[in-house]
Amino acid sequence: MHTDDVTSERAPLIVEKQFFTFAEGEDKMMLESGALLGPVTIAYETYGTLSPKKDNAILVAHAFSGDSHVAGYYSTDTEHDKPGWWDSVVGPGKGIDTDKYFVICSNILGSCMGSTGPASINPETGKPYGLTFPMVTIGDMVTAQKLLIDHLGIKELLCVIGGSVGGMQVLEWCIRFPEMVRSAVPLATTMRHSAMAIAFNEVARQAILADPNWQRGDYYSTTPPHMGLAVARMVGHITYLSDEAMRRKFGRRLQDKSDFSYEIDVDFEVENYLRYQGSKFVQRFDANSLLYITKAADYYDLTSKSPRNSAEMDFSLSKARFLVISYSSDWLYPTYQSKELVQALKRAGRDVSFCEIEADAGHDAFLIPDKRLQDILTGFLDGISRNH
Amino acid sequence: MVSPETTDMRYDLQIIGSWIEKDSKVLDLGCGNGDLLAWLTVNKNVRGTGIEMDQDKVAHCIAKGLTVLQGDFNDEVEDFPDRAFDYVILSQTLQQVFEPARLLYSLSRIGRRVVVSFPNFSHISIRLQLLLNGQAPKNEQLPYSWYDTPNIRVITLKDFRKFAQDVGYEIVDEVAINTHQYDYYGKIVRRFKNLRATYGIFSIEMPDR
Repeated sequence: MHTDDVTSERAPLIVEKQFFTFAEGEDKMMLESGALLGPVTIAYETYGTLSPKKDNAILVAHAFSGDSHVAGYYSTDTEHDKPGWWDSVVGPGKGIDTDKYFVICSNILGSCMGSTGPASINPETGKPYGLTFPMVTIGDMVTAQKLLIDHLGIKELLCVIGGSVGGMQVLEWCIRFPEMVRSAVPLATTMRHSAMAIAFNEVARQAILADPNWQRGDYYSTTPPHMGLAVARMVGHITYLSDEAMRRKFGRRLQDKSDFSYEIDVDFEVENYLRYQGSKFVQRFDANSLLYITKAADYYDLTSKSPRNSAEMDFSLSKARFLVISYSSDWLYPTYQSKELVQALKRAGRDVSFCEIEADAGHDAFLIPDKRLQDILTGFLDGISRNH
Repeated sequence: MVSPETTDMRYDLQIIGSWIEKDSKVLDLGCGNGDLLAWLTVNKNVRGTGIEMDQDKVAHCIAKGLTVLQGDFNDEVEDFPDRAFDYVILSQTLQQVFEPARLLYSLSRIGRRVVVSFPNFSHISIRLQLLLNGQAPKNEQLPYSWYDTPNIRVITLKDFRKFAQDVGYEIVDEVAINTHQYDYYGKIVRRFKNLRATYGIFSIEMPDR
């Protein structure tokens, strides 16, 4: 097994954000809703080297507020910049070893980190789409990724892996393009968004809608709805943590004071933390993108489309080996939801492994460096690439 | 995967391994660290799946490239389709199962053959302890006191044969062995099995209904 000190001695991974544009001109992309969209640009990054047989490609699907920058640094980064969002997992000698595999990560359709979304310019009007941007689904995001994979000349992916909303994309890949996926690793995810998950998303959306600066999504030339977006992020952050994690991180500790202020002000560390997360988020994320992507997640229900209202039928076409991972303290997509997925895969006769990793960090646990995840991924991917 | 040598496995698993046909599909209940599955994968080219409760063991198995589900096999077996496996293996665990008849029925549904091994409660050492001491017997195979034992069933080779006959299972293979619990070596017992064997291994199947 590789250890952290071995990898840290290596030169940092330098990557570059690239762009792929399709559906230009008359040939627009047909979305699941029936709406047409074009042109469509997808931002992506690649890591490692594609083998001559093009059989070592792994697609990483990011979670709802993520981006294509899964690991490493940009050449323009300063020493204050952090590496990509899953740098603990993706890189030379790591769980997804970029010495062996060609790793691709693309920004999802509807996002604001380089791919086409509500903040992009509508070529027909010359102005940002705003609410005229058509609703996109998880399936649409995956269709766009598939066109990118085609563009890269890859016929088959060694693995599609992702957590949370990224996990939904993994499952959608296995349903839509079963012949292209040799293995699939959905982490901390669900086959269908629960009422509770929809409820939290609705609170987040209402926070944005209630911000007077939102102006029905038409705020790109004025002040954006920063307050609403920050509150939306605060709600989201609570669902990513857990009771244990919050007790451990903050408890009832006060923020820079020894007694209550007896004013409507920040008293507790946890309040300060949420405000900080909210204010940091508005610097990088677009409020309309949050509205669209949370909707896409809420619409997600793998079981609704198959004839017998069960995911089992859908998975019967997949040839992939599955590795399903849940986290014990994840209450956004609790373990029972991963077990439902495992059950559907078993009934469909698929080769499936399942592990519930004990962790107190809540839903966010899949993003936190963890040797167990590294070892599991290393072994699982070794097994897949060996049995070619 | 490093080719595991046959003798690196518990003796009862060596015998079970020898019964499995090449290229078959195998489900191993309570697969532990996956020794048997790894051996079968390398030596018999099987497509194996394991079920294991312990998270660390599950992680260890997956990291070895094995297919393993974390969970309680009493529940997990229910989700597999009929005849999903050629063999379902339940080694040294039947004596800990709460509803053995129901479990074996499920196993015979999902597997063509069910291979079961268990400690033999009619071994001479157990009989003598009960006879001479008048106390609940303990030995190397069943080392626990009555109040903290996971072994809630007492099974003898004779009992298992009768159970199989009563329910309608056909016994395809039967071997009685003398070995210690975690021993890599043992010997096959051919005479006075019910008295001398420490473990029994049976392969049963339900004739088509």
